[in-house]
Amino acid sequence: MAEPDTLLETPLGGLHRALGGRMVGFAGYAMPVQYPAGIMAEHLHCRSAAALFDVSHMGQAELRGEGAAAALERVTPADIQGLKPGRQRYGLLTTEAGGIFDDFMVANLGDRLFLVVNASRKAQDFPLIEAALPAGVTLRPLPERALLALQGPAVAGLLDRLAPALAALSFMGVAEAEIGGIPVLASRSGYTGEDGVEISVAADRAEALARLLLEQPGVQPAGLGARDSLRLEAGLCLYGNDIDETTSPVEAALTWAIGKRRRMAWDFPGAARVRQELADGPARLRVGLRPEGRQPARAHTPIHAADGGPVGEVTSGGFGPSLNAPMAMGYVARAQAEDGTPLDLMVRGKALPARIAPTPFVPHRYKR
Amino acid sequence: MSELKFTKDHEWVRQDGDAAVIGITDHAQNALGDVVFVELPEVGREVAAGEACAVVESVKAASDVYAPIAGRVVEVNAALAEDPALINQDPAGQGWFFKIEPKDPAEIAALLDEAAYARFVESEA
Repeated sequence: MAEPDTLLETPLGGLHRALGGRMVGFAGYAMPVQYPAGIMAEHLHCRSAAALFDVSHMGQAELRGEGAAAALERVTPADIQGLKPGRQRYGLLTTEAGGIFDDFMVANLGDRLFLVVNASRKAQDFPLIEAALPAGVTLRPLPERALLALQGPAVAGLLDRLAPALAALSFMGVAEAEIGGIPVLASRSGYTGEDGVEISVAADRAEALARLLLEQPGVQPAGLGARDSLRLEAGLCLYGNDIDETTSPVEAALTWAIGKRRRMAWDFPGAARVRQELADGPARLRVGLRPEGRQPARAHTPIHAADGGPVGEVTSGGFGPSLNAPMAMGYVARAQAEDGTPLDLMVRGKALPARIAPTPFVPHRYKR
Repeated sequence: MSELKFTKDHEWVRQDGDAAVIGITDHAQNALGDVVFVELPEVGREVAAGEACAVVESVKAASDVYAPIAGRVVEVNAALAEDPALINQDPAGQGWFFKIEPKDPAEIAALLDEAAYARFVESEA
């Protein structure tokens, strides 16, 4: 981990410390892993009311110019040209070898595309995208903007009061609006499995917005620890853990992020591998895992066939506060990937019995 | 009840008759966060001083717990299997981990006292 004095600050660094946040290094930024309430309470509060996360470390950018959508399709198998104004979509950046370079969100704002990429990958992603752009299409990173995620079942009521324009959005809808007089760009999405919004705001207004949201009934701050346990319960991938340049979209069970049109044209980086794996089946698959009992199995735990040899590895694992049980995801050989298959997770050299389980572990509650 | 002694790995030790009771400090439980599972040593196991012999799992991560002194494990806290949150609620009491019959009781006396442990925690911050 980087030394504290080399870490970057988000526009909310001062607020995190004022709230008692325990700061840790993450993707080069000083970020709160938790506040005094603790990961368990923050997680459960998000599922029962609303949690506010600072995700300003993530990379925001806009893509402008004639043919921007077609240009972006040069580096992703997502259907960008078919994305309607006011809608957002999940996509993958893929490598020529068929690995996953990053995952990202893209929104069609009518006159431009708006992108959000992972903090740990933004320094690689933006040059990759830029290199694919024709004359007249420009990528502009937006380091002067902060990003807040407000997640949980209490968010809908809060939006009714504070931002009617956002209250009307359905899952993956995007709109520009004002919250308490502060201009924002918000999408009805998130990384918890709950209804909620991700709110892009000018850095110099971010703390005022965060304080306004924290004043609303039911809203509590939550850190990266709860963000991780919430996304794992929701069955969502973390780049660098569950997907990376060695995993293909098919292995990662993210085939749905490949546009139908793209799957007919095969005109994206890594199409040959994806096409072959869709035809023949991938060697391994990303699956959900439910260990017996209460003991968690962490990332890099070897997975063995019941009474057999190695068949894969855990890529994310922990304890699900809402599930009230341990949970994991990882890759296993295709023959072992059926729901219900018994396996052994080799935790500290001892076999922990587990079963392949469907994800999400906790049902999504998006606003449809 | 005798005074608590401490290690730089954030365990505490309290002499209880012929046995030494061992747990993790309030500082350690606070750093770990909500404990969801503990793996305790087998009763009868011989352990060396500094040997990893228990594991404490929080929502976020797994951490080893070390034997502060050499000896034989004579009892483990079975209540932790049902209620690992006892470690957060009462780390120096109901949240104890295991008891060791010391090979050499003088090893306990050589551990950090409360003031020395407090200085150590301060120096790590």
